[in-house]
Amino acid sequence: MSEIVQSLPLLSAITFLPTAVAVFLVGLKFLMRGEDSKALEKNAKGVALFATLATFGLSILLIAGFDTADPGFQFVEELEWFSAFGMGYRMGVDGISVLFVLLTTFLMPICIIASWRIEKRVVDYMIAFLILETLMLGVFCALDLILFYIFFEGGLIPMFLIIGVWGGANRVYAAFKFFLYTLLGSVLMLVAMIAMFLQAGTTDITVLMETPFLREAQIWMWLAFFASFAVKMPMWPVHTWLPDAHVEAPTAGSVILAGVLLKLGGYGFLRFSIPMFPEASAYFAPLVFVLSVIAIIYTSLVAFRQTDIKKLIAYSSVAHMGFVTMGIFAMTQLGVQGAIFQMLSHGLISGALFLCVGVIYDRMHTREIAFYGGLVHRMPVYAAVFALFALANVGLPGTSGFVGEIMTMAGTFQVSALAAAGAAVGVILSAVYMLTVYRNVVFGELVNEKLSAITDMNRREWLMFTPLVIGTLVLGFFSTLITDVTAASVDLLIENYQAALAAAQN
Amino acid sequence: MTASSLTADLTLLAPELILAIGAMALLMAGVFFKDEARAARFIGPAGVVLLVIGLAAASYLVPAGVATAFGGAFVFDPLALFSKVAIFGAAALAILLAMPYLRDERLARFEYAILVVLAAVGMGMMVSANDLIAMYMGVELQSLALYVLAAFNRDSLRASEAGLKYFVLGALSSGMLLYGASLVYGFTGATGFAEIAIAAQEPSVGLIFGLVFVICGLAFKVSAAPFHMWTPDVYEGSPTPVTAFFATAPKMAAMVLLARVLLEPFGAASDQWVQVISIIAVLSMAVGAFGALTQQNIKRLMAYSSIGNMGYALVAISAASETGLWALLAFLVLYMISVIGAFGVILAMRTAEGMVEQVDDLAGLAQSRPGLAWAMTGVMFSIGGLPFMVGFFGKLFVFYAALQAGLLWLVIIAALMSVVAAAYYLRVVKVIWFGEPTARFVNPAFTTGTIANLAGLASVVLVPVAALVFLWARGSVTGLF
Repeated sequence: MSEIVQSLPLLSAITFLPTAVAVFLVGLKFLMRGEDSKALEKNAKGVALFATLATFGLSILLIAGFDTADPGFQFVEELEWFSAFGMGYRMGVDGISVLFVLLTTFLMPICIIASWRIEKRVVDYMIAFLILETLMLGVFCALDLILFYIFFEGGLIPMFLIIGVWGGANRVYAAFKFFLYTLLGSVLMLVAMIAMFLQAGTTDITVLMETPFLREAQIWMWLAFFASFAVKMPMWPVHTWLPDAHVEAPTAGSVILAGVLLKLGGYGFLRFSIPMFPEASAYFAPLVFVLSVIAIIYTSLVAFRQTDIKKLIAYSSVAHMGFVTMGIFAMTQLGVQGAIFQMLSHGLISGALFLCVGVIYDRMHTREIAFYGGLVHRMPVYAAVFALFALANVGLPGTSGFVGEIMTMAGTFQVSALAAAGAAVGVILSAVYMLTVYRNVVFGELVNEKLSAITDMNRREWLMFTPLVIGTLVLGFFSTLITDVTAASVDLLIENYQAALAAAQN
Repeated sequence: MTASSLTADLTLLAPELILAIGAMALLMAGVFFKDEARAARFIGPAGVVLLVIGLAAASYLVPAGVATAFGGAFVFDPLALFSKVAIFGAAALAILLAMPYLRDERLARFEYAILVVLAAVGMGMMVSANDLIAMYMGVELQSLALYVLAAFNRDSLRASEAGLKYFVLGALSSGMLLYGASLVYGFTGATGFAEIAIAAQEPSVGLIFGLVFVICGLAFKVSAAPFHMWTPDVYEGSPTPVTAFFATAPKMAAMVLLARVLLEPFGAASDQWVQVISIIAVLSMAVGAFGALTQQNIKRLMAYSSIGNMGYALVAISAASETGLWALLAFLVLYMISVIGAFGVILAMRTAEGMVEQVDDLAGLAQSRPGLAWAMTGVMFSIGGLPFMVGFFGKLFVFYAALQAGLLWLVIIAALMSVVAAAYYLRVVKVIWFGEPTARFVNPAFTTGTIANLAGLASVVLVPVAALVFLWARGSVTGLF
């Protein structure tokens, strides 16, 4: 079974299926006129949902055929593409990337369901999301430097349109800030990529991982890659685009932004910075620890002072990404495994939290914390769901948030007790802001009269929260579901890293 | 000179001869039409056909390989072939774009197509020049045709101003070019590129002096900063299809000529001119990027975009290598495809009252005319060199060539400038997608709409096969210098 699956171009199918459907929608959009185009508006959501579900189904096949004992790249595909110049169309996944593919395809149908109520330019919206899915999946599957860059940067274009067309009041500012901020970081990475291309004569990631770069060169290239990934993560102090982008983006856009796009930075560190520039990574690890701890503590405090729920969750995302960077650069097995776990778990939890905001925003069209209060009297189910995810965000044992945080902290503790201690303070602070906002929104007396008619979650909302609730709880109890998949690849990563460091010292 | 060698020489010149003689014939044919609009309807397509024949002649009639004619003054090599195919193709598209516009603006005069063909002859000469005199002849032949085209709408004050401005500054630059050429001749005693190359092994100060003047003269033609002053005004004032033509074929011709002059006769003296070209490149990129940010008129915006992109082309020349040369060629071809598409959309910006050319007039295009909106989005991102558009590969290999030559500082500046430039391409996309429709455009002419849509489609569809352009460009320059 797995051999048959391995021989199919499964990764390309997963990656490009959404685009194929998007092209189909584009074609229909241009062909249909008058009444037909109204019908298309109605059915575009269904088509998009079907496409994303089919993609999810294919990625289940991928996971089923994935051999967890093999630390190398699997499902590798290679096609001629600029081959005469040393580039190529290469795709493949290993234990580090395969789960991100699954996360992306898992979140996309939920995003489509969350966008069911959208009425403005539905077809364009679905096309943008489907293309965005392709680009995000491509990032995780690409085994070629330039191909990676194209997917990595290309994602900015649909996201720019999603924020700009379907966003809130200040959407133009947020869309430009998002685009230019991330582009600025990435062009420096492009320069470093070309330098690597020139030195190695190829852009094959598997070859580049084994190409030793001089220490001096490593340091500059590491910084160039860091410029891109740190903005994408986002790490303090280059995180300021994120709250703006989150606040203005439509709900589904926020879910994708927090759930998947923020993971690209962490994935980039694992795929490029550490295996390709091990000496520079070791050299800069203290810097990353400092920035991570500042991010965790500072943004938690900033989150506490927010009056907008979405902004609060955005800042909390920055704090949680701090755990990820800290865990990655601890370079212990526990730390890296924890970082990956934390990214996946945060993808579920933060996505769910943005959906929670979306539920009340759809009803009341405001995200002001002060506007709400006493929702538990009118929306008991919602209150329970929100409570679960708020506590998961705090890191309550039994939810996936706890596992990720404890693993990264324990992994970091082996290297730097100080950094781990700083991060632990952040856990307490996260409880402070999360529980405060929860109390203010959900508990208390229902004083605002406008809220008296608010209704509890409907069936569509049940549908989108159920998989997330199950995911968060299951991963909270059965963490080995993830660590078993990642273990082999992470071990190899660390082994190579230690070997490179040892070789450098001799 | 024997008859057989004359025949051989004329064979190399076949594409230009066909175009020149054909243009004369069309000029005479035009006189016999009583109705000027009818003449234009006939001569326009005839000009396109002529250019296609010229293109085919360059590809099939002229023997492949490197050969010189007229005592080494004229060279036909794969580089010239590549450039001619691109130039004649772009010129043909420029006529196609112009015909409906000229008809609607009541400018339909048959001379338009003939002027474009004559300019193409000049450009063909430019990319084949192998001698200072041939170079000057080509440049002047091209420029004279372009001056007239700029002022083609002679009843319009703006167009006349554009033509005059272009002419006066163009004459100044021709003077500089000629002065530089005479200095080079004076210090080497030769006008042929091959002979100059021998003298340039150990360049004298006078020779470098001459070279700098030649560079200045040609920098004017490619509208590189600080010789760009005419560009925004001429682009804005000229009739839009003329601007479309200015932004494509002449740029290619002048860039290839500049590259040939620098790499062939002065290849050995590259350490002398690389800094000059790099500085011009940096200035062009900066002027293009920052200048475009505040432009309201889309033609002016395209003018600054063209200045900026010529900066990137100059980065490729700065590499002073074979890699730089093929990166330059491929970059220019991909750039021209997108620019023609962009002007297709600009030409479609016609309301019931007439043409509009403010960026804000594009508001809500995504809802009113989705086809044009998608096309414009594609070509704008492609000109900006953003991934997953085909223009990205042009910039990628330009950077690659410059890094290979060790110009890290230049690449970093170029990369940062591309972020600044992205801001105004994004602004166009923003206006198209975020706004609500204001202006109602009438249906564009079939050719205009098709060219715009095809170029927009090409910006994405070409990505899997873009390597072919690069392979062709690389094949055209391998082993030349």
